[in-house]
Amino acid sequence: MPLRIDRRPDSTAIRVAAPLLAVLLTVGTGFLLFMALGLNPADTLYQFLIAPLLTFYSLTELGVKAAPLALIACGLAVGFRANVWNIGAEGQLTIGAIAAGGVALAFWNEIGWWILPLMLLASILGGMAWASIPAFLKTRFGVNEILTSLMLTYIALLILQMLVFGPWKDPDGFNFPQTRLFSDAALLPVLQEGSRLHPGAIVAVLVALVAWFVMARTVIGFQIGIVGDAPRAARYAGFDARRTTWLAFLVGGGAAGLAGAFEVAGPIGQLVPTLTPGYGFTAIIVAFLGRLNPLGIVAAALLMALTYIGGENAQIVSGLPQAATGVFQGMLLFYLLAADGLLRLRIRRVPATNGKAVTP
Amino acid sequence: MELAVPIIVAIISAATPLLLAASGELVVERAGVLNLGIEGMMLMGAMAGFAVTLLTGSHIAGLAAAAAAGMAMALVFAFLTLTLSANQVASGLALTIFGIGLSALIGSAYVGQPVAALPKLDVAGLSDLPVIGPLLFRHDFLIYFSIAMVPVLWWYLNRTRAGLRLRAVGESAEAAHALGHPVIAIRYGACLFGGLMAGLGGAFLSLSYTPMWAESMTAGRGWIALALVVFAAWRPWRLLVGAYLFGGVGIFQLHAQGAWGLPSELFSMLPYVATILVLTVISAGAARSRTFGAPAALGRPFRPSG
Repeated sequence: MPLRIDRRPDSTAIRVAAPLLAVLLTVGTGFLLFMALGLNPADTLYQFLIAPLLTFYSLTELGVKAAPLALIACGLAVGFRANVWNIGAEGQLTIGAIAAGGVALAFWNEIGWWILPLMLLASILGGMAWASIPAFLKTRFGVNEILTSLMLTYIALLILQMLVFGPWKDPDGFNFPQTRLFSDAALLPVLQEGSRLHPGAIVAVLVALVAWFVMARTVIGFQIGIVGDAPRAARYAGFDARRTTWLAFLVGGGAAGLAGAFEVAGPIGQLVPTLTPGYGFTAIIVAFLGRLNPLGIVAAALLMALTYIGGENAQIVSGLPQAATGVFQGMLLFYLLAADGLLRLRIRRVPATNGKAVTP
Repeated sequence: MELAVPIIVAIISAATPLLLAASGELVVERAGVLNLGIEGMMLMGAMAGFAVTLLTGSHIAGLAAAAAAGMAMALVFAFLTLTLSANQVASGLALTIFGIGLSALIGSAYVGQPVAALPKLDVAGLSDLPVIGPLLFRHDFLIYFSIAMVPVLWWYLNRTRAGLRLRAVGESAEAAHALGHPVIAIRYGACLFGGLMAGLGGAFLSLSYTPMWAESMTAGRGWIALALVVFAAWRPWRLLVGAYLFGGVGIFQLHAQGAWGLPSELFSMLPYVATILVLTVISAGAARSRTFGAPAALGRPFRPSG
């Protein structure tokens, strides 16, 4: 009786088990890696994964960092489900932040309740506008959206630099490349005294809930899934792939832009040359780790936020480079993809009568 | 003419890492696999090449280490996408994020250390000729290697049985499989070659272009290389032209900083804007002409059955 490997159908058990297995394997490999590098592995892992959970401040920081990740990842997940690969969220975030910052600086002398909502609106529109470039090129000319959205990220970062080194530079800022600090009317309130936790965290959770509802319970969500899983069937059913591409980019860009506004109106309070430690890229991992499910994404965002704070800790305590965080993030995604593949394999005995097995 | 020489030499240098990495990716994509992890493989190559050269004093050992590091990274990618049929986009991105992180982590011990640059060719008489000497006879091994690989790849893809097989796998894995070709093995080979070339491309940066190691020193070149393959419409000779064009734009951008009172960032945007424009022109043309077409099976996983 020859053995045969085939695939079992996707199941909830695998969807939950794979990320947990991936986390365990990442911790295990991290241990070995730190040991190989001559660091105390237990200590370093403790700084990365446990220490951030022990103080109240770093717990609130978890929310500060998870909020943009979850927000962006929810937007991206819509696209990934439809096989639309927007990997330029970092650029859309940057343009959103620039739009919000532009509003804040334009009304720097004004006081009004309307300034913050206007900034948030501007950021969403900014992110959408930037995302509509790859969407247009994709739907009109068939240009690969992976490459265009990524190239546009570099361009967006350069536009930000151009502004903060040039016309938007703080006139009283001793020539530092940054804008004025936003006025109070353009800053988000903090939810908890003594922390940087801002309402963006609540918005992120709300967006995740809405996204979950739309994806799981509405026709639009169903269409998106079909376009991604079975493009031909979707065409026969009359679902428009172009419209789905536009929808995916607008949702992804809008969410990323909004995350940009939350960053500059929240923890940062002004425009600076580097706004995030690559949230737009990490959000891609978050989206996958969360199984493209908005609720899973919230959990994954918290985990990724942990590695960011842990990375900062390890940098201060052990002098590790900040980029070491990427080792954990990359490994997590590797193991997740591997676990997904492995858990889905099934070894079975098949009768050796006709040599060729029939796939069930 | 004398004035142009240093500029042309600079363009050659700027083009070489792009050409090396893109040559590898071209073969990978011709086999129907899309590896977005070039940036990560280049960085690991740059770091490993630098570190091993520093530790052993041997450039040959350094280049071997760079190639091995790139291939090791590519192997992870190949295992995920080919053996486990994981999503190629996600796996490639993970490879890049992981490579940026791991190279920074291991490489932190080597930041700011000096290393001897790769030796330049020195042919008595020829290398000292004015104009022709610096243009043709005063480069290092990797520059000649990168150019030599172009006809080699063309010949391999168009004139050898193995090359035809690789292209068949990239056009239709199912058909190639039905004809008895080992699809997965061929794709593994292509991925490893991609890793090797990306590793060498990275090593060129850390051992010749700047001779030093710095975190994330590839600065997006892996992504440009990826765009370059599309720009070249998956053809080796066009890749050579494209790499030198992109290298030229990069150098122009350096020299034009501050010119005409424009902010330097505008010039820094040029390579990215150029890539988008070229992609658009090519993609718009692809609808009409078959010669520009991507390998038909690009990015689609293949699961052997039966």
